[in-house]
Parts: sequence; C-alpha cells; structure tokens
Amino acid sequence: MAKTYFTEDHEWLRVEGGVATVGITDYAQEQLGDLVFVELPEIGRKLAKGDTAVVVESVKAASDVYAPVDGEITEANASLSADPSLVNSAATGDGWLWRMKLADEGQLDSLMDEAAYKAHIG
Amino acid sequence: MTGEDTRHLPLEDLHKAAGARFGAFAGWSMPLTYPPGVMKEHLHTREHAGLFDISHMKLFEVSGPGAAALLDRACPLDADALGISQSKYTFFLNEAAGIIDDLIVTRLGDDRFMVVANAGNAVEDEKHLRALAADFDAKIEPLDHVFLAIQGPEAWAALSRAGIETGSLLFMHGIEPRQNWFMSRSGYTGEDGFEIGLPEKDARDLVAILLGDERVQWIGLAARDSLRLEAGLCLHGQDLTPEIDPASAGLMWAIPKEVRASGHFIGADALRSIIERGPSQKRVGLKPDGRQPVRAGAALVDAGGNPAGHVTSGGFGPSSGHPVAMGFVNTGLAKAGTKLFADVRGAKIPVDVASLPFTPHRYRKG
Repeated sequence: MAKTYFTEDHEWLRVEGGVATVGITDYAQEQLGDLVFVELPEIGRKLAKGDTAVVVESVKAASDVYAPVDGEITEANASLSADPSLVNSAATGDGWLWRMKLADEGQLDSLMDEAAYKAHIG
Repeated sequence: MTGEDTRHLPLEDLHKAAGARFGAFAGWSMPLTYPPGVMKEHLHTREHAGLFDISHMKLFEVSGPGAAALLDRACPLDADALGISQSKYTFFLNEAAGIIDDLIVTRLGDDRFMVVANAGNAVEDEKHLRALAADFDAKIEPLDHVFLAIQGPEAWAALSRAGIETGSLLFMHGIEPRQNWFMSRSGYTGEDGFEIGLPEKDARDLVAILLGDERVQWIGLAARDSLRLEAGLCLHGQDLTPEIDPASAGLMWAIPKEVRASGHFIGADALRSIIERGPSQKRVGLKPDGRQPVRAGAALVDAGGNPAGHVTSGGFGPSSGHPVAMGFVNTGLAKAGTKLFADVRGAKIPVDVASLPFTPHRYRKG
C-alpha cells in the first residue's frame, strides 16, 4: 500500500516499494501561480536531502524544488515538458515531478502525514 | 512578508474581497494576482478590459508661471511646445544623463502640468523637483488620489457604460473630466486604455460600476509586468536606472530634436557627448529559444563565449506564447536576429535579439 508524506517545503511523496513519487502540493502550486516551464532532473542523478531537484518556473519567477530525502532519480515526468500547467491543474496527480529510489527509508519518519501538513499550512 | 513601513492601497479592502494575493513592490503591499491567475488576467486584458489599481504611482501637479521652465530644466522637454491636454513620455535625468525616473507629463493648462511618476522613485522625484524649483516660480503639489488604469480593447466601451465618454481623447492626451479627476489615454500594456486619478470616494463608485460590467476584471501586478514586457515597455529599477542614459535605452524618440540640440536640461552636455561617441550598449528585445524563461540578471555571451550584455527583464509572454525578455547588449550585437546565449543556472540558453514590441501596440492615435 502506498503511503503519502508531506514536507514543510510543500512537497508530497507517495512511497511504494522503496520508490517515492514526488510533487508539490496544491497549496504550493497556488502560491506559485501559472507554471510555464519545469526543468526536470537527469535520470540516475543522486540527491541528498535539500539538494535542488527541479526548478519550476512561473510567468514571473523561478523556484527550486528540493529533494525531501536522499535517493536516486529513476524517472522524471516527461509530460511536463509539453504541458507544465499539469502541475497547476493536477498537483498531486498527473502533475508529479520525479520518482526516486530511497537511500534510507528511515528518513521518512521525520516527514508529516496529511493531517499534520494541513495543520502546518493552517 | 511585509514590513511595518509597507504602505497599503486605499482600496485594499476591495482587492481582499476580490481574493487578491498580495506581495511587496516599491514599498507597497500590492495585489499580485486574483483568483483567475496571471495567465488568464493577461489574456483578458488583451481581449477585453483589465482594471488595475496603480495608486502606488504618484501624481504631481506642477503649476505657476515658471512651471514649463522648471520641467524643461528637469526633463529633456519643451513643455511650452505641448498643446493643452497633450502628454509626453520623458525622464528626470542626472548630470551624467542617467535616468532618475521615467515619467509622463501632461499639459493641463497654460501654467499647469500633471506629472505621473513611478512608485519606487516618488520620494526621490519630489525631492529632486523641489530642489530645482527653488530657481523657478512654480508650485509642486503631490496629489493624494486613487489611481486606476483600465486597459484593453473594450476599456473605452466599459467607461462609456459608466458614463465616461472618451471618444475625443486620443492616445497620449490627458484631461480633467470632473472636479479633481485626471484622465489620460495611455497605459503600460500596449493596448488602448486609460489611467484615471480621482478621489477615493469617486474611485469606489467607479470601480463598482466597472466591475458590474462582465468585460472588466481586476488585474494584478504580475500580469501588469508580463503585459508591459510583451509591449516592450521599460520598468524603471530594472531596464532603466540612474546608470543608464536615454541613448543606450533606445528612448531618444522621447526627446525632440531641438531639445537634443539646444535644450538646457540637466544632463544635456553628457547626453550630447554620449550621442557623439555612440552608446556602448543598447537595449534590445530578447527571444529565448524553446520554453525556458530567461530572467533579469542573466548574463549574455556571444557565439564565441565573450561577454555580450545582460538581461534586465524576462519572463513568459502569455500572448506571445513563448518566453520574452529584454536587456542590454554591446552595440555591435544589437541587430535583430543576432544569436546570443543566456546563462541560466549554468546552462547556455540560445536567445535571439528581437525587435520590440513582442505584441504590436494597439493605441488609439486618431
């Protein structure tokens, strides 16, 4: 069964079989506004927690999306190259950003569940 | 986050009620976007009519027997040559011909002018003008008005429905249609449109009528920026600074020939010598290849990797359908079609020097 985690930086992770699908939350996409470009990561890139994984660009500004945990990129959401607005319309679904193989599943324990995240954004 | 010194718009309650997202700009808490979002707001303005609260900008009335002479000193302008109701885009220049601010001056009467200045420079502008005014018989009065812009092809029709006829008012003209109102046919979007300075109570009445018209929507500062960038219009503090002169900025069209030759404005000598030797850099449009925006501050290099200039404004053009930018490049590289590269987080993004505007102007000139 997949389990979903949230970070203080407004990312979500859906974890299944040691692989996390990562995206930004609906709250985050609302804050960013209409996205026009997503700079996707290279497959195989190793990330430490806090590294910039993806850059999302709105009409007005570029924003970094950080790796929420350590791991290795296994897939990037190629459909965002043609339609970056998927992040706005389906932030927690088709607008996912990348998949990563987790280096240490123990790191997930420090993340929030949905109830805690909802409290976090007030 | 906004600090204690942040200024708030007189109509802030209306923007809150409309669901605006706020951000700081030039010391003001400004509506950045409304619920439709920057993309829809931008396109709505080009198709219908966008309503902007630009009360952060400053209106100064300059009057008295020495008003025209004062403006001719502060700006590369022949204020006496302006007909009544005629507006002129101009600048305050420093001794080095650097642009302290860009402005629109409108002649209201024989001895009365309206100056519209940028929010971020309003304090500096007033100080500058007052210091100069000591030598002239002129009075400077900052107005405490709400300032609205209504822009887009249906702006005139929405105003007409609100009881404000604009048929005889042409682009770059301004009048006082009611007591304590100032209205000009001008704007910052490239579209036909109007800017109206008026008392707060009148503004609330006018906004209520305008928003009752389905053609009219509030538009935030984010779309104001993408609209002006597509229209090739400069933002002072980014594309224009006190280190940049009108010749480098490609704005010499704003300075009449006689004034260039014999005007006594501050910075005249410096500007003449810049023109004589030719500016070393020029402002140009930049069209990035592909979808990735190139932002202000990005360095530009030529095909050989040599420094070529830098980007001063950049983003996505919702009407253009691609990223748009402007910046300054070495004069030899300023020709449209020149291939350059912008450094974006270490990657070299190909950009073409492009002619401005990206979206054709649709002003009502006659």
